[in-house]
Amino acid sequence: MKVLVAVKRVVDYNVKVRVKADNSGVDLANVKMSMNPFCEIAVEEAVRLKEKGVATEIVVVSIGPTTAQEQLRTALALGADRAILVESAEELTSLAVAKLLKAVVDKEQPQLVILGKQAIDSDNNQTGQMLAALTGYGQGTFASKVEVSGDSVAVTREIDGGAQTVSLKLPAIVTTDLRLNEPRYASLPNIMKAKKKPLESLTPDALGVSTASTNKTVKVEAPAARSAGIKVKSVAELVEKLKNEAKVI
Amino acid sequence: MAILVIAEHDNKVVAPATLNTVAAAAKIGGDIHVLVAGQGADAVAQAAAKIAGVSKVLLADNAAYAHQLPENVAPLIAELGAGYSHILAAATSNGKNILPRVAAQLDVDQISEIVSVENADTFKRPIYAGNAIATVQSTASVKVITVRATGFDPVAAEGGSAAVEAVAAAHDAGISSFVGEELAKSDRPELTAAKIVVSGGRGMQNGDNFKHLYALADKLGAAVGASRAAVDAGFVPNDMQVGQTGKIVAPQLYIAVGISGAIQHLAGMKDSKVIVAINKDEEAPIFQVADYGLVADLFEAVPELEKLV
Repeated sequence: MKVLVAVKRVVDYNVKVRVKADNSGVDLANVKMSMNPFCEIAVEEAVRLKEKGVATEIVVVSIGPTTAQEQLRTALALGADRAILVESAEELTSLAVAKLLKAVVDKEQPQLVILGKQAIDSDNNQTGQMLAALTGYGQGTFASKVEVSGDSVAVTREIDGGAQTVSLKLPAIVTTDLRLNEPRYASLPNIMKAKKKPLESLTPDALGVSTASTNKTVKVEAPAARSAGIKVKSVAELVEKLKNEAKVI
Repeated sequence: MAILVIAEHDNKVVAPATLNTVAAAAKIGGDIHVLVAGQGADAVAQAAAKIAGVSKVLLADNAAYAHQLPENVAPLIAELGAGYSHILAAATSNGKNILPRVAAQLDVDQISEIVSVENADTFKRPIYAGNAIATVQSTASVKVITVRATGFDPVAAEGGSAAVEAVAAAHDAGISSFVGEELAKSDRPELTAAKIVVSGGRGMQNGDNFKHLYALADKLGAAVGASRAAVDAGFVPNDMQVGQTGKIVAPQLYIAVGISGAIQHLAGMKDSKVIVAINKDEEAPIFQVADYGLVADLFEAVPELEKLV
């Protein structure tokens, strides 16, 4: 079965981002970029499915600037077979991305599409669900376990009170939670080999998708800073402060 | 202008997050209708009808909606919601699961996890793990929004007297089914609704040591949370995780024990009113957001704290 994995190029999770002075966004110039951590987990799961003999081909897709090729090469080095880049310089909403992915799904006809549950930049947590709606497929979001058997997939999902298992008819959409797996590192020989794997470039126009949006970001601000706290010397002093100063216990 | 709020429930009781979502709806302004989709959820509908400010409750009672499978519930919400100006749901695992599917069916962008309402079409929401706040304006005919519960004070659960109206629409896509669930059992208050939260991190060293935090929490009537490090190390189950990828809490008092304070953890708790950090590393980033910091060995400090409160 063919597996399609969507990956996003985002600011590295260790970077402390700064808001631009003109409040137009966050400053991403000269900041380290990486593959979104949830997308790494998605790639890893696809590779494991291939190693188990469940998946036969892994196609990895990214939508973004030309530089997102780096993240696609990383995915190829981790075990994906070929890559598709849908080039778009502008920032797209989740719905626009879902529509572009739908066009890629129509073209590639995968049995399983794996995405991360959310990107750590926009923190939207929408794309997988939207893609499921557009394709009419079942969705297994926030997956901590994925088991394919025959023409269905059992997905154990992390929910607020614990875990829930659902069974979905294939083809289906799965979004990964942190605990699904531990992503591997790319080895140097695999990084070299990945340079020779095919990478196809497309545009939203070529896919016939309009990326118009009903959302507009008016401004981006830094969050309200907390006023500096104090260090207490003993537990007794802490309890006294909590009781008499903060009045929270 | 009318707003449709999707009730969060387990077919028996209305979850508290619904009250925060209704509060956000009240800030937008307009008639507030609540949709209860479930099976045997009559009690939920009756409770929803009593929520202050709610003018109508729609009850869609059908076996297909028993487990809130998005493949079945989303078409229902999209069908009913098309006539509303806004569709709101709490940003719980259920709300996050279902609402984007609704938005895509209505062909509109969604706004996730709003923390404030500027006006009927403009909202604020955190991005980059809470390191920036974006103001987003929507021109969609139906605005589809999830609400971060900690951003809004809940409305009263009593005082309303809305009429309950049955909805006949039944959608069963037949592409998904519920297999089972495993819910963590706890007598302590729910993490996202607790007034006091005591959280442990990698510094707890093992799961057994969390007993110190449980003892302290019981004395304070607090919920117990954890950092991702503690969850990944297997100390505690993952539904206790506080952070960007876990739960977002904003209690009156948050006590972080043996937690360094990574960006992803702070994203889940930095809106707490008072933050206390107990850590033996005085350079730990958690001290930068803590109102009261105590540099000490937690294995001495926590039992002493328990004795003194």
